[in-house]
Amino acid sequence: MVTVRVNVSLKPSLLDSAGRTVANSLKSLEFSEVEGVRIGKTITLELEKYDEARVKSMCEKLLANPVIEDYAIEVVE
Amino acid sequence: MKIAVVQFPGSNCDQDALYSLRDDLGVQAEYVWHQESSLAGFDGVFIPGGFTYGDYLRCGAMAARSAVMGEVIRMVNDGHPVMGACNGFQILCETGVLPGALLKNSGERFLCKSVYLKAENRNTAWTEQVNEPIAIPIAHNEGRFVASDDELARIENEGLVAFRYCEANGELTEKSNVNGSLNHIAGLVNKRGNVLGLMPHPERMTKKILGSDAGLLIISGFHRVLAGV
Repeated sequence: MVTVRVNVSLKPSLLDSAGRTVANSLKSLEFSEVEGVRIGKTITLELEKYDEARVKSMCEKLLANPVIEDYAIEVVE
Repeated sequence: MKIAVVQFPGSNCDQDALYSLRDDLGVQAEYVWHQESSLAGFDGVFIPGGFTYGDYLRCGAMAARSAVMGEVIRMVNDGHPVMGACNGFQILCETGVLPGALLKNSGERFLCKSVYLKAENRNTAWTEQVNEPIAIPIAHNEGRFVASDDELARIENEGLVAFRYCEANGELTEKSNVNGSLNHIAGLVNKRGNVLGLMPHPERMTKKILGSDAGLLIISGFHRVLAGV
């Protein structure tokens, strides 16, 4: 079995309103060094075998929306 | 005319849609479960609001890939009237029938209120009767319309903007753009004009006893699209 992580993030050009709220909260906790926060998501796949083209296809067909999101594939083990 | 009201796990306002179509617009309407792979016998489709599949992954992502959507896309391509409200709009964007996507409201709050809409392109079946701003309710957490710069330019140039959020007098103020949508976009049509997607809920405003029947100005687009098929 192979574990594959797909990291999905909002395109940098789009406002991440949740990230902005978290950044404001961190600042109110006196983490004044925080200049920005962006929140993505990690999808962990357990696969019988790893085939990069098929995982890309999963990302393009369902896991990420190319209109608003970027994705990165990471093979864990 | 017979309209399919598609139901997914987590749909809501499906009953509002069915009753507004049947009782107020006066057409036949029936629920269709999302696992149906045929819409034979139907002339149009209403995709209701809700939080299908718990909004997992992205709003409308899973619903957009369900069996019935293949048939909805066929009906879109055949020129039948298809309307999606709220989650229905998100689903139509997720399938690629309409451009762009809907993200979390810029204010990070669920918005449940009445807003004013003005019709932008009046030359569509869904907008031609909306000759002044109308008050229609919204109820959403992810209604901020986004698209790439190129896509947005195409949407504007091709006249795909059906509705914009505005003030009661039609003015496009920052305050009236409740969820931070690009160019105040509240609803879009496809290029052919047979598909409408919008975040507000016209199906909740189809009887005077509910406060207004202004929603019928939009929903009656089902008749006008079919008349042109």
